[in-house]
Amino acid sequence: MMQMLEGSLAVAEAVKMSRPQVVSAYPITPQTHIVEALAEMVANCELDAEYITVENELSALSACVGASAAGSRTYSATTSQGLMLMAEVVFNAAGMRLPIIMSIANRAMGAPLSIWNDMQDSISLRDAGWLQFYAEDNQEATDLHYLAYKVAEDHTIQLPAFVCFDGFILSHTYEPVDMLTQEEVDRFLPKFTPYQRLDAADPISFGMYATPEYYPEFRYEMDKALRRSRDLIAKAGKEFGTLFGRDYSALVEGYRLDDAETAIVTMGSLGGTVKDAIDEMRAEGKRVGQLKIRVYRPFPAEEIAKILSHVKCVVVLDKNISLGSKGAVGLEVRDALYGSGIPVRNVVLGLGGRDVRKRNIREIVTQTEKGVGELFYGLRTEVL
Amino acid sequence: MKELRIHGRGGQGSVTAAELIAVAAFEGGVFAQAFPAFGVERRGAPVQAFVRFNDKKIRLRSQIYEPDYIIVQDSTLIKDVNVFFGVKKGGIVIVNTEKAANYEVPEGVRLITIDATSIALKAIGLPITNTSLMGAFAAATGEIAFSALENALNHRFPKELAAKNIEAARLAYNAVKGAA
Repeated sequence: MMQMLEGSLAVAEAVKMSRPQVVSAYPITPQTHIVEALAEMVANCELDAEYITVENELSALSACVGASAAGSRTYSATTSQGLMLMAEVVFNAAGMRLPIIMSIANRAMGAPLSIWNDMQDSISLRDAGWLQFYAEDNQEATDLHYLAYKVAEDHTIQLPAFVCFDGFILSHTYEPVDMLTQEEVDRFLPKFTPYQRLDAADPISFGMYATPEYYPEFRYEMDKALRRSRDLIAKAGKEFGTLFGRDYSALVEGYRLDDAETAIVTMGSLGGTVKDAIDEMRAEGKRVGQLKIRVYRPFPAEEIAKILSHVKCVVVLDKNISLGSKGAVGLEVRDALYGSGIPVRNVVLGLGGRDVRKRNIREIVTQTEKGVGELFYGLRTEVL
Repeated sequence: MKELRIHGRGGQGSVTAAELIAVAAFEGGVFAQAFPAFGVERRGAPVQAFVRFNDKKIRLRSQIYEPDYIIVQDSTLIKDVNVFFGVKKGGIVIVNTEKAANYEVPEGVRLITIDATSIALKAIGLPITNTSLMGAFAAATGEIAFSALENALNHRFPKELAAKNIEAARLAYNAVKGAA
């Protein structure tokens, strides 16, 4: 049923209906509304889960690691500095092959302190072995949680996943979201059946010591599982579409891309503004289209190379910067298109919550077509 | 698509007003989107909240620079913040003020002043003006039905508090309708 909900509350509802057995999180802006809502649901017995209150994010994710290893479906949520405090455990959770789902209400990294949105936080942990989904609107932000659990817990995958949605821009926005019923969610997402778990009657160990004779093989297996998850996402995403009418089988999605000469690559909520800008430019006869990346890990390089094979130029919009290099998504799109001869421009914008308007997108397209423009877009002139 | 920008001070309920106007609009069968200007929440600091109304799904995520409607919760903001910035020709500006001052709004823009503070004090017993201004907005623009506003308030607040806020909204609604 379509409901007018704040993004964070819609996500909390989706998490509740995913029936996590253990929730452990530490509040941080702009993620707070999610965990406040979940704590209330547990207190009101609407959600039958253990809510573990902790002193910080490192403990929050550590609690999830223990609970997941013991065989529970687990959930956490964080952002920015909170995610960085977790970083050690983020790598461990993936290495121990624990399918924890964590919402990231994307926010910039300090210093300087910023509570506002960009994607530096989750992108900085791209190498940890977690799947990474990015939502364009609050419909996707809710639906991707069901998909994430289903894929992550599959015995052929067994890896954790971030479900990323832009802090404030989505988390604090009220908009209509078609919420599934508990019955519908149960039909799509079965109970968690761990492949193996901590059990005093049948003892095993997680996260053991690996000497050089064994360590690389663990990384190889993780990489293979992440790559395999593409097929699982396609399968589960299609099933979701058959059941509920929203098909998430594609890792990337084109918008007015079929006859486009210029392609704008986006991730997250920026995609909506870009679509509106594209409609304006199309009305003026400009052949512009969008490629949206919904799954960033595993990185859909082949899909990108295929869907962009006909365009004349590509501009990748990055809400992050690998300082001293380029935007992270831009680098990988260029890698995906290596050998195609298609020029790829990379633009870093929207950092720390700097608003991005349709007119900015139009200007970036004009610059790209002329072959001009800098990596950083829209800087205050006094620094130039 | 129509756009509304609300100017207020932290603590005056601008974000709640945006939320409830969007909820009421959605009940009326249009797509709506409400969001705050992501400020640092401090009581008394100037804040903004935004609402979009459209007959199809709203994809645009930028802030609102050229609104069709503006609500100013606190007229003392006018000297500090360019609250009328970008308002469209044919647009409507609603200002809460005790004096029927003639603020300089851009040409072709309709100015409505209302003493929402007195209305709120009378109906709620507190100078919380957001619900009165929501009533004024419903009357002035027709974007939301009063009954939908009532439902949104009933849904959002406990019974007694909702009733007081609905009364505030009704007084402001009637005042604007009566003046028109």
